[in-house]
Amino acid sequence: MIHLEQITKTYRMGDNVVHALRGLDLSIAQGEFIAIIGSSGSGKSTLMNILGCLCPPSSGVYRLRDRAVEHLSEDQLAEIRNREIGFVFQNFHLLARTTALDNVMLPLIYAGVPYGERERRARLALTRVGLGERIDHLPNQLSGGQRQRVAIARALVTEPTLILADEPTGNLDSKTTEEIMALFDELHEAGNTLILVTHEPEIAERTRRVIRIGDGQVVSDTRNPARQVTEVPA
Amino acid sequence: MKVKAIFVLGESCRSAAMAIRANLFRAFLTALGIIIGVASVVTVVSLIQGFRLAIERQFQGLGSNSLTVSAYTPPMDELKGLRAKLSQDDVADLRAQIAGVEAITPTLESVQETRYRGRTHSTFVRGTTPAYLEVNATQVDGGRFLVPQDLKTRNNVAVIGVKLAEKLNLPADPLGTHFQIAGEWFKIVGVLEKKGESFGFSMDDYVIIPYPKATILQNEMGAPDISVQISITDNLALTPMKQQIANLLRRNHGLKEGEPDDFRIETQEEITATFGELMNGITLVIGGVVAISLLVGGIGIMNIMLVSVTERTREIGVRKALGAKRNHILLQFLTEAVLISFVAGALGLLIGMGVSQAVAGAIPQLASAYTPPWAAVLAFGFSVGTGIVFGILPAMKAAALDPIEALQYE
Repeated sequence: MIHLEQITKTYRMGDNVVHALRGLDLSIAQGEFIAIIGSSGSGKSTLMNILGCLCPPSSGVYRLRDRAVEHLSEDQLAEIRNREIGFVFQNFHLLARTTALDNVMLPLIYAGVPYGERERRARLALTRVGLGERIDHLPNQLSGGQRQRVAIARALVTEPTLILADEPTGNLDSKTTEEIMALFDELHEAGNTLILVTHEPEIAERTRRVIRIGDGQVVSDTRNPARQVTEVPA
Repeated sequence: MKVKAIFVLGESCRSAAMAIRANLFRAFLTALGIIIGVASVVTVVSLIQGFRLAIERQFQGLGSNSLTVSAYTPPMDELKGLRAKLSQDDVADLRAQIAGVEAITPTLESVQETRYRGRTHSTFVRGTTPAYLEVNATQVDGGRFLVPQDLKTRNNVAVIGVKLAEKLNLPADPLGTHFQIAGEWFKIVGVLEKKGESFGFSMDDYVIIPYPKATILQNEMGAPDISVQISITDNLALTPMKQQIANLLRRNHGLKEGEPDDFRIETQEEITATFGELMNGITLVIGGVVAISLLVGGIGIMNIMLVSVTERTREIGVRKALGAKRNHILLQFLTEAVLISFVAGALGLLIGMGVSQAVAGAIPQLASAYTPPWAAVLAFGFSVGTGIVFGILPAMKAAALDPIEALQYE
């Protein structure tokens, strides 16, 4: 479903040229639950930006659902992000002074969904992440875990091909981390494709496949078929 | 395609409204410049236009069926020291030879010093005839106006305006009181109805004396400069009558074919129109000066919108990550600016109308304010235009942001 071939990305930072990705190959199938790990500077953030269609690669092939997206324009990428990708960020990135419901409805605006339908789908997504009661709360009235749930509902609401979570538990305590990870497990069980970018081994351990990035390339790619969703630690 | 455009526009209005609501106080401060700008333009225009309307009504009091004939000296002749005059004979001939005249009166106006019990005051002294009342559609409040007898006997009688009575500190009932005009004693026989003030300029600071008396007062300073007011019986005869008058005066003044008229015949409508043009000119100049404050308001909008874009960089990043295209962001910020200036324009309009009414009410010298529809539309359109012009730059800046950088912005 996702196919990366010889992806490179180079930045110019002042006079230096930074090779963030150097010929990276990667294939991801539908319904996978993946962790991308790597130290800072390894290129994992760049990989996430490319996977998330936030920027095009410098060279290489990126097929998302059999569509080549590496040469698309800024606005075309925006459309792909809107339809195919659901983002979950470390800092939640909810709009301030905007209710949970309005936050979740936001991507549907850009998808051109009319208001009534938008609200219905947003309520559904919020119920799914366990926040059906708090739809009218503002972000600052919610705990960190609840905010991240709102963000996950926002990622789900467009029914994207891929949910891309960047350090989704980085700002959460261990208990809340557990809750959010359980929620990801649920989403995985329901057939969603999930990619977690993280530097925490404990988080990575809970996924089915761990891809380690180093020096702009895939260093290791290990599957963890033994792990069962149901055995959630207490 | 059209449906989609409406959808996008509707959504950007909705999200602009949300953003404004989220930052209501700042939006208000942003709008303040426009509100004040529009309010002051509307106030100024309303006051001047109200004044204009009041004056026009006063002119209409004279009736549209009246003419004023006055001497006119072309500027070149005036430089040579020549002065065109209407003579006593002209007046007599006009009265005798023009058909359809309902009332006719010569008017001789000069500024003279008046004196009563040691108080002096310079005022307009108008020499005229009993027909003055009819031509000017005015009346006396107390006592009597000039009568034909006054003209024959050359009585030293005067009919005064109320402002003059006040200036000279005349008794509360001034009838029968004697006072001096240019050193000569006059007896007050009547008081004219009060006309009020316009722009602090009293319409009641004058005295009317018999026409022959005024010519004597004036003769000491050379030939008098007469103007003639005529009211006519038939409105439709106005144009032919103007021609008749012109012919008569040209003959009397010995003007040859091709020589320009040395007089002017103006109808009330023409005078009103000239005045209206003058007032519109003043409106335009003062309104234009005040409109600069709108420009300042617009710069205020741009400033706050630029701050807003910087402050909301992460929001823009989030919106872009969630699929907002350039145009979505552009339209969102532009709509916000336009919405603010739209509401500000409406508020400014209402405030301006209210303030101008209040000012007109508080200062009796001013006529009641009148906001012409064109001024309302103009002020409103101008403020919305300001929103577009000064909103476009910040909106473009927002639309051009890179999503990754915007998301990482601290």
